[in-house]
Parts: sequence; C-alpha cells; structure tokens
Amino acid sequence: MLAETGAMTHFAGRFFREGFRPRYEVQELLRQCYIIGYQSLPLVGITGFIMGIVLTLQSRPTMAQFGAEAWIPTMVGLTIIREMGPIITALIFAGKIGSSIGAELGSMRVTEQIDAMEVSGTNPFKYLVVTRVLATTLMLPILTLLADAVALFAAYVGINLKGVTSMALFTNSILQRLTFGDVVPAVIKTFFFGFVIGLIGCYKGYHSDKGTEGVGQAANSAVVVSSLVIFIIDLLAVQITGALGLN
Amino acid sequence: MNPATTLQSAPARTAPAATEAVLTVAHVSKAFGSNQVLRDFSLSLNQGENLVVLGKSGSGKSVLIKCIIGLLPVDAGRITVLGQDVASLDHAALDQLRAKVGFLFQSNALYDSMTVRENLLFPLRRHWLTHRAGEENELVGGALEDVGLAHTADMMPAELSGGMRKRIALARTLILRPQIILYDEPTTGLDPVTAREIDQLILQVQQKYNTSALIISHDMNCVRLTANRVALLVEGRCYAEGSYAELEQRDDPAIHEFFA
Repeated sequence: MLAETGAMTHFAGRFFREGFRPRYEVQELLRQCYIIGYQSLPLVGITGFIMGIVLTLQSRPTMAQFGAEAWIPTMVGLTIIREMGPIITALIFAGKIGSSIGAELGSMRVTEQIDAMEVSGTNPFKYLVVTRVLATTLMLPILTLLADAVALFAAYVGINLKGVTSMALFTNSILQRLTFGDVVPAVIKTFFFGFVIGLIGCYKGYHSDKGTEGVGQAANSAVVVSSLVIFIIDLLAVQITGALGLN
Repeated sequence: MNPATTLQSAPARTAPAATEAVLTVAHVSKAFGSNQVLRDFSLSLNQGENLVVLGKSGSGKSVLIKCIIGLLPVDAGRITVLGQDVASLDHAALDQLRAKVGFLFQSNALYDSMTVRENLLFPLRRHWLTHRAGEENELVGGALEDVGLAHTADMMPAELSGGMRKRIALARTLILRPQIILYDEPTTGLDPVTAREIDQLILQVQQKYNTSALIISHDMNCVRLTANRVALLVEGRCYAEGSYAELEQRDDPAIHEFFA
C-alpha cells in the first residue's frame, strides 16, 4: 500500500511538472470537459433532485416533533450546501467518471494505443492524463453547484408536498443563515475531490496490465480508492474549516 | 484461383544487393528484473530491404522493436536509426525521427474513439505536418487507396473486421511516408487468406515506396513471402542470419525447428 501511495504521489508530481509546460492540449481539454461535465449533467441532476426531496421528507417528522417545521428549509439548505451536495456528487462522479477513465486508459494501454500515441509525436501523459485530471478538477465544482441548486429546488417541492411555503420564504430562510464559511470551503473541497477522482482514474488506467482482467481491475479500483480518498479529504476539510473557525 | 494458394507456392525471396544500413542494432542487451530478454543482440537493416526477425513467442522480438523506436530504453549497446543514436535523442529529436519510422502494432492500436479518417490524420497533425484540408483529404484518400479501403474513411474501428483494421493501421503508418517500417507480428490472429493479403501489402509497400522494413514474425508463410533476409532470435541473441532458402538448408536443430 505504501508503494502504491508513493507511486501515485510520483504520478501526481508528474502531472504538475508536465501540466504547465507547453505543448498545451487545449482542444483535448475542451473535449474532455464536454464529455466529463456536460454528459454527467443528467445523472448529477437526477441525483440532486432525489437527494433534496428525500432529505426533506425524512427530516420533516423529526422536525415536526419539536415544532421546528419552519427550520426545515434552513436545515436542509445548509446540509445540502455544506456536505451532502459535494459528497454525494463526488461519489456519483467517481462512479461514473473515475471508472470510465480507468477503463478507457486501461484499454488503451493493453491495446498499445498509448504506445501508438507516443510514436505519433504525442506525449500521452499530457494528452490523456493532464487533460482528464484538469477536466475533472474543473467540472466537479460546477456539477456540485448544479446538484445543490437542483437539490434545493427538490427540497422546496418536498416541503410543499405536505404544506405550503412560498419560494420567497424558502429562499430567505436559507439565505439568512448561509455564510461565507458554509459556501466557500464546500466549493473548494470539490476541486480536490475532482482532482483525486481524475488522478486516481488516470493512474489506475495508465498503469493497467494483465490484459482485459487488468482493465476491469483498473475501473474497479479507480472507484474504490477515489471514494475512500474523497471521505479522507472531507474529514480533513472539516478539521481545517473547524480550526479556521468556519464551522 | 485462391490468392493464398498462389502465394504459398511462391518461391522464397532473396536478399537485394547490399546497400547502406538504415538501421543498426549493436550489442544490445535488455532485461526486465531478472529476466534477460536481449543479450548482446546485433543486426542491421539495409536500404530497401525486408528483414524478418524470427523467434518463438516471448523471445523478445517485440521488445527489440520497442527499443528501436525508443519506447523502451536499452540496458547496454547502441541502436542507430537513419544515422541517429536513438538513446542520445531528446524528445523533440526523437519525435522527428519517429515521423520517418512507421510502426505497425501487433494489436493495430487504432484509436477506438476516432473515425478511420481521424486515426489517419492523428500522426500527421501531431508531427506538425499539418496540411490544408484539401491536401489532408488527398493524403488520407491516397493512404486508404494503398490498402484498398477507400470507402472506410468515416467508419469507426469497431465496425471493421480484423483484416481491415490491420490495413487501416498500415495506412496510418504509410500516411507519413516513412523511410523505415517496423511491423510487429503483422499476420498474427488473422485467417490464412487475410494473412496472405497483408503479406502482399507489405511487398507492395516495399516496391512502391522503396521502404526498408523490419518485420517481427513467427508466421513462416509471412517470413517466406516477405523476407529478403531472416535473422533468428534465440535466447536473446541473433543466432543465425541469411536468406530464407539458406537458413532452411542449414543442418542445425535450433534452426531446423522453425523450418520443419
């Protein structure tokens, strides 16, 4: 495990060394942003909607017991923005994009496509790894904000299933309690989530071997490892924001 | 008449008159951990010649051509391609050299996410040999014509048969007009008829473009039909060298094993 961690750290170092040196693969980066970001919209949107509505419906009975139904928008809003939105979106993203990157690069490795790129005057690390890691790092925060928005709308729908609350009141209830410390750290950590999902997916795929079996292993371990690392980063983020007095 | 039958009855080819070497491998050794794959291996490829490196599976044939193209570093020895020492080249110089050396991968290595046209344009554009759109179309059309698959430009690799993919991979190699082509087991996994068609293509390319080719193979029909000269790779060394006919007649059990 230590050797694997060391190799992955070395891989991350190579990303920073090669990512900022020309030749820049802008066209491929944009293509990856489209594939990774745009094509994940439906999944992230649906997940966000379900997250918002379930969270609202599940919390209503408990809140009602304490006569605190008026606090549901605030509680659900803060929960979604601070924690549930980033973590659920990152896990869904790891499942969809992390596995797909692991499998794609793994398959390219075993079918010699990566070698073919190298002999075609292309640095495959820049073309395949740097573009994908940058795309996941840039796209996950955007997708998380979108998931948050959809989840909040779903929460509004959920509240109105068993009562009547205007959109203005719902929005005001959330905004009144929402602070800089709720939004900014939550957005910042999604950049790290996106980075590790892309990096681990690429690492697993790029170093895949053992033929088709290795491709399956690359896809699987990309999801498992990146999900675990997401929770570790989340734990660290909570400690850091706590230490900075932002909790 | 069955083309495969015609080709199988064709006589073995002889070496052309010796000319200058375009590729030399001198005393090369390569190991992966404790597994010594190449041991003091040497050979040279002459201009306009088809040289086949013959060896058993796992004998290090593919490792040899990956060392030649600079995909793997050698542990010892020297590889010179078109007068340049491969190990001493930086990335930019290596890329320039690779534009002159085509590589047909055993698995074809066509990019699954690209059409045939995009596959062919990829090396052209990446080697900064960008041409105007009309010129690009002409080059793609010409390369596809060479392999008899002009109608496949807008198809995806997944829609093609194994033999067609091999031809497209060869077209992608030809589009850069290489001086040397490295073929890694060009007929492996193909049915006998398609394999003979690929052999024919290798000969046509040699005749049309006067390319030199290093062909890695253990398909004896391919060796007999395409080779001007054969080098036998046994236990990491160049065990024997000569024309197909010469080697076939040698009274050595290690050589005879291949020709039996």
